[in-house]
Amino acid sequence: MLTNNKFRTLLIALAATSLMACQTGPSDSELEAEKNAQAEAAQEQAQQEQARAEAERVRVEAAKAEQMQRAQEMAEEMKNELVNQNVIYFDFDRSTIKSDFASVLRKHAEYLVKNPSQVVVIEGHADQRGTPEYNIALGERRGKAVENFFLTEGVSASQLSVVSFGEEKPAVMGASEYAMAQNRRAVVVYQ
Amino acid sequence: MKIMACLKSLHVRHLKYVFISLFVLSSFAHAQSNLTIVITEGMSNARPIAIVPFKWTGETVLPESLSDVIASNLQRSGKFSPVKMVDMPQFPTNDAEVDYAAWANKGVDTIVTGSIEPTANGSFIVNFQLIDILRAQLTGGSTKTMVNNQIVEVADHIVLNQKSEITEGEFRQHAHIISDRIYENLTGEKGAFLTRIAYVVVRDRETEALPYQLAISDYDGANEIRLLSSPEPLMSPTWSPDGNKLAYVSFESGKPQIFVQNIYTTERTRITDYPGINSSPAFSPDGNKMAMVLSKDGNPEIYVMDLQSKRLERITRNRAIDTEPEWTPDGKSIVYTSERGGKPQIYQVNLSTKRSKRLTFDGEMNLGASITPDNSHLVVVNRTQGDYHIARQHRASGDMLVLTKTFLDESPSIAPNGSMIIYSTLHEGKQVLSLVSLDGRFKALLPATEGQVKAPSWSPFLL
Repeated sequence: MLTNNKFRTLLIALAATSLMACQTGPSDSELEAEKNAQAEAAQEQAQQEQARAEAERVRVEAAKAEQMQRAQEMAEEMKNELVNQNVIYFDFDRSTIKSDFASVLRKHAEYLVKNPSQVVVIEGHADQRGTPEYNIALGERRGKAVENFFLTEGVSASQLSVVSFGEEKPAVMGASEYAMAQNRRAVVVYQ
Repeated sequence: MKIMACLKSLHVRHLKYVFISLFVLSSFAHAQSNLTIVITEGMSNARPIAIVPFKWTGETVLPESLSDVIASNLQRSGKFSPVKMVDMPQFPTNDAEVDYAAWANKGVDTIVTGSIEPTANGSFIVNFQLIDILRAQLTGGSTKTMVNNQIVEVADHIVLNQKSEITEGEFRQHAHIISDRIYENLTGEKGAFLTRIAYVVVRDRETEALPYQLAISDYDGANEIRLLSSPEPLMSPTWSPDGNKLAYVSFESGKPQIFVQNIYTTERTRITDYPGINSSPAFSPDGNKMAMVLSKDGNPEIYVMDLQSKRLERITRNRAIDTEPEWTPDGKSIVYTSERGGKPQIYQVNLSTKRSKRLTFDGEMNLGASITPDNSHLVVVNRTQGDYHIARQHRASGDMLVLTKTFLDESPSIAPNGSMIIYSTLHEGKQVLSLVSLDGRFKALLPATEGQVKAPSWSPFLL
């Protein structure tokens, strides 16, 4: 049986031991907690960094998208402009491209080079004079004259095809000089 | 009810001529008559002939007046001037009733009489006689001749005497058959009244969903049938030599392809789908091959396809446009248009040697040649001083004669008896079909009630 004193001494010793332990280093659980806190802080920091990066990425993306949209809008605008200037005219029984139309064809070529996924059909047409079958041949020659112009400007052959409608699809009905001049044409049709 | 009536009027029992019941891509489109023939220039030396109205002994109303159709046919040949009813001295129904002197006094030396009787089974017995008034006046109606060493009395002034049984739906067609007999007997040339034409009608492209239509009708525009309607151009219909099929070019897929279609079953076959031009189909005279124009090898060249094996043979080879092939009647050569000399002119290529020679030299251009069935003439579109007219060139001498005075003439096609050319021209701002006789003296327009009409092709003989 322990005496009261002995019990007290033991208690003090115990307490001293535990006090000593306390003084020499943190307990395991304390270490664990510490570790957790550090990890949490690191995680928090990482998260903050990630968020900042994310925000930066979104900002850049948005800027890029805006830039792309602007480019796209410009391209669209250019395409619309080109679609509205897609007819060139020829002299009677001729398929040579007149110098007046070189600049507009160059604009089409430039757009097609910048937009290699854009495909066009070049339609060749003739006026009513001559036979329908001969005019099919003449219309094809006109279409091919435009195709060759584009090829020399660097457009890929895979973007281009030619269909001749001869005299079968006049732009203007009738046989007046005006109507016939309007019908001797090639049309660049964006697909 | 309406469709039934249409079909009934089209139904023909013994002939493959008219029966068409199905339509591709288009709804039932049997127009009564989009085209009519208006004679613009007759012949002063046309021979007078009287087609006396055929006597009808039945009580119902007949579907068609045989004598009217026969008279119109003969008049449209340019070779006959039918006597008007008011100028007829009498209305005999057979030779026994004819007062020869009365007709001779009117200056009429040929008359046709006839009668129509109903039968118990609802069909009709048609009798007709072609009577030579001059001969009848000479013989008094009969003459004696030796047959098998016996003297017999003959009525040799009755040149034709025929009896046929027809159905209600065969009236118009029978009138064409009688017309062909009369024409052949009096001219020595086979009649082409029992023939048809194929053509393209282009209706308003702004308002019509299917403005391009392929149509066929009797040679005179009657019984028009739309075989095909399309949102995209149809071109160059041409008949197979048996008259059962049409070849044509269709852009229905957005690019030209050659098709062959049976006009009775409407069964359709795509013949070509090459890159570039697929145009100008022309059946060989034996029907086994097809000449065509393809630009798959760079520029338009003439090819011949074996229709069985689909094997292609390239016929021309140069950097110029070669187009519009047409076979010579013997099937050994092809005439075609080529601008290898600078402007389009007509050339002929021998299919075994592939050697070409130029045929036309008159005028700034000559295009779209076809050849008369007897191989005596080329028929072309001739451009002289900027005007495009139908002209014919004598094959042997090379002499060219411009036949028409109309505006922007194109697509000439010759009747199978070689007597007449049908072509497309511009009349009052519209494309219409027009006729001109091979001698250029007879001219007629076929104004259309709707649309532009172009690319006519005359069928072969159908009987």
